[in-house]
Amino acid sequence: MLHEHHPLVGREIAVREAAPLSIRAVADCARFSLRIDPARIVEASKAFGLSLPERIGDVTVSGDRLAVRLGPDEWYLTAPLAENQAIERDFAKLYATVPHSLVDVGHSEVGIEVEGTAALLALRSGIAFDIEAIPAGTGCRTIFNKAQIVLVREAENRFRIEVWRSFADHVWGILQAVSREIAIDI
Amino acid sequence: MLLIRCPYCEAERPEVEFVYAGEAHIARPADPSKLTDDEWKSFLFIRSNPRGTHFERWRHQHGCARFFNAVRDTVSDKFVMTYKAGLPRPIETELEEARS
Repeated sequence: MLHEHHPLVGREIAVREAAPLSIRAVADCARFSLRIDPARIVEASKAFGLSLPERIGDVTVSGDRLAVRLGPDEWYLTAPLAENQAIERDFAKLYATVPHSLVDVGHSEVGIEVEGTAALLALRSGIAFDIEAIPAGTGCRTIFNKAQIVLVREAENRFRIEVWRSFADHVWGILQAVSREIAIDI
Repeated sequence: MLLIRCPYCEAERPEVEFVYAGEAHIARPADPSKLTDDEWKSFLFIRSNPRGTHFERWRHQHGCARFFNAVRDTVSDKFVMTYKAGLPRPIETELEEARS
């Protein structure tokens, strides 16, 4: 009998000191990696029901759906779990006219949300570039303490990390250690 | 840590996101079967290995995953400029401009 194992589920780190910080595992969702000719994104946007971002690093959100452009021909899509099959169906219809690759990566990734005025400080511990410089509403793939993540800055003080589940414990452990430092203000 | 500007992401990213991918602007022979063994050997193995300005390929592996070209000084390890793959080798005046 196979059991679905979801690391981090229901776990939370909260710091309520001078610089509040809240780190939590987000509810599971459908995730896709989409590779498509950038000239055909209008059709892909129609299939996904959300206009895909046109600049690398940009993020578009509509309701519960989110799209990040990671590279010249690569997008990272998330949607509610219930819409997983519908999205696959819509893209399968599109395949006849627009060849592309839509891979369900929902089971390989775990989402972590880092929120609060100390969010930047917490993330800076593992990310080697100036994340303060990336504007809200953008995202990128990067390295968090040797683990590859997709980082989305949802708001000024709210970040979302998407990481492979096999790396999730490692990332969580680092965040836990950092939040401890923030809590006792060192 | 070095910060490298990715010409596709148009942003400075840390060295750990990148991998080095050898010398740039090495064109594959149009018809390899016509080459002598010596010419084929030169294509495969002989590189310029300069002291100073070096044109090289890099890949933004943990970012946009694209290959691009960079100009780096092999003595100071400073990046002069980076440019998209497929673009011609920058001329000396462009490099001077980027250095200043």
